[in-house]
Amino acid sequence: MDIITGLWNGFAVALAPINLWWCFVGVFLGTIVGIMPGLGPPATIAMLLPLTFQMAPASAMIMLSGIYYGAKYGGSTTSILLNVPGESASVVTCLDGYQMARKGRAGAALGIAAIASFIAGTVGVLGLMLVAPPLAKFALSFSSPEYFALMVLGLAMVVLLAGRSMIKALLAMLVGLWIATMGTDLFSSTSRFTFGNMEMLDGIDFVVVAIGIFALGEVFCNMETRESAQVLPVPKGLRNLLPTMQDLKDCRFAFINGSVVGFITGVLPGAGSTIASFISYGIEKAVSKRRELFGTGVIEGVAAPEGANNSETGGALVPLLTLGIPGSGTTAILLAALVLWGFKPGPLLIQEHPDLFWGLVASMYIGNVMLLVLNLPLVPVFAQLLRLPVHILYPLIFGISIVGVYTVSSSLFDLSMLMAFGLLGYLMRKLDYPAAPMVLGLVLGDAMERALRQSLMMSQGDLTILVARPISAVMLVIAVLVLLVPVFGSLNRLRLQAIESED
Amino acid sequence: MEEKSQKTGDLWSGLALAALGVYIVVEAQHWDYLGPDGPGAGFFPLWYGIAMIVLSLALVVSSVKRARSTADTAMDWRRVMRALLVWAALVVCVAMLKLLGFVLSYALFTFMVVAVMYQRPLKSAAVIAVTSAAGFHLIFPTALGVTLPVGVFGF
Repeated sequence: MDIITGLWNGFAVALAPINLWWCFVGVFLGTIVGIMPGLGPPATIAMLLPLTFQMAPASAMIMLSGIYYGAKYGGSTTSILLNVPGESASVVTCLDGYQMARKGRAGAALGIAAIASFIAGTVGVLGLMLVAPPLAKFALSFSSPEYFALMVLGLAMVVLLAGRSMIKALLAMLVGLWIATMGTDLFSSTSRFTFGNMEMLDGIDFVVVAIGIFALGEVFCNMETRESAQVLPVPKGLRNLLPTMQDLKDCRFAFINGSVVGFITGVLPGAGSTIASFISYGIEKAVSKRRELFGTGVIEGVAAPEGANNSETGGALVPLLTLGIPGSGTTAILLAALVLWGFKPGPLLIQEHPDLFWGLVASMYIGNVMLLVLNLPLVPVFAQLLRLPVHILYPLIFGISIVGVYTVSSSLFDLSMLMAFGLLGYLMRKLDYPAAPMVLGLVLGDAMERALRQSLMMSQGDLTILVARPISAVMLVIAVLVLLVPVFGSLNRLRLQAIESED
Repeated sequence: MEEKSQKTGDLWSGLALAALGVYIVVEAQHWDYLGPDGPGAGFFPLWYGIAMIVLSLALVVSSVKRARSTADTAMDWRRVMRALLVWAALVVCVAMLKLLGFVLSYALFTFMVVAVMYQRPLKSAAVIAVTSAAGFHLIFPTALGVTLPVGVFGF
């Protein structure tokens, strides 16, 4: 199936009324999540995942992805209006966006953020559409050693940029691997780490861990203080949301810069949209003729990072959908969702389930249009969401988390595990252990062990099979080099700078 | 002094993870390392268990070294206790699900959060608790047909 036919069929799936509805629900929820500080896309997707089990997988994937890229749009609103980034990817937007708002150009800043997001988001989907099929074809030649090496490389990349301490990131990943090996070993039917509990024979449900770590852990952290909702004044200047022709002319390079940098950064596991937005802002400032004005309300200082963090989502879906390798906490949850719905994410996904892949791609084009239409006129309405008191919001999140976990298995034991993982998520935040490597370790642990054992079965126990094959050898060498970055002072400084930009 | 530092957190978490690593390695000894068809159930856990011990000990050593050379960053225990109190209330809520059912347990939990943790007036706490619990009941069991824990009162 070529790209044109695939996309044509994809639009047939995405334009079905039910899928249009779920696309709208996804991008709408995503916008809300992006606006509200303290509730990120991974927590929201984890909470809603159990409720998608009743839906058709294509509809569910369309909705969950809508939350993922919709949040990037929403994040810019509070950055520009209130100098409060709704999510980390919009931090850099505060620099010039808020200054524009203070000068009475909030409308133009929000307008250019939405337009840049739309252009770069669309370019990101275009990139996904063009890069994913050939990459999947190439990956068809992969066998177990290559898959093992690929997963090691993916985990190494995520560990590299997950937190200041690589030791802590590695330890978090190992805990994820430990949780992944709980339950019955499918090769030998041996029960592992079940503590004599029958309910542990199937292992621990991913949904329980994800909701506990991301949603509960985050809310416990937010509830440390008794701050009520901050009702900040929304600046004037929203009436005219359309930037001038001069604004659009000034942003020509920013649109290209944000689109390209965002997509490339997205394809690399671990980098993420925050880093993409900082890189594109840095490039924009470096090439600008008026670089001294950056930080005082320059419109391309809003367009470049907003474009980059939207284009990044298209890039991040490439390794997820073609190789089954997620590069962040959010894509790890999407991978788990695909597995729970009965799919096998990897190079055969596009061939075996074209409706899912092309339906998702087409829905992202539609979703970007929906977001543009939603975000331009409804920005003042969305800004009012910040007035929702946290003493109402947080108990609702707890309630949705409990209902979500109970829906999966109707098990009170799973709810007690949810409490344990909620506490673990909170402690990890307090002790500065990153959550993403742990969740990735959990999601990839089973497949990684299987690939390693199959590789060693192929070689009758000879470990050199992992380095004897060129592709796996190259990937393992890169993984080792990635893990050695802290040893090299200048490279480690760059790593720490990238992590500080995330914080 | 009730002050503890991030470095102390690293030390204790490193020791806890080292203990977990030892447990994993000991457990892995009970399973086949290599079988007739290749690696057994103990192969993978043994190696990541060893890696966990090595890395957690490295964390312990680095936290001890830093403790000597740099100043402490204080941890605000009042904030931590507040979060842990919410967690404990949620644990009680989950423990009561079998007896009281979701609607009542959740309403009581919400009331506690709003009235005690956020110190809102009792009347508004009661209204928020009742309306949100009723909202969950209307959306999930009634509208979506999702089963929620039912207590001795039948809801």
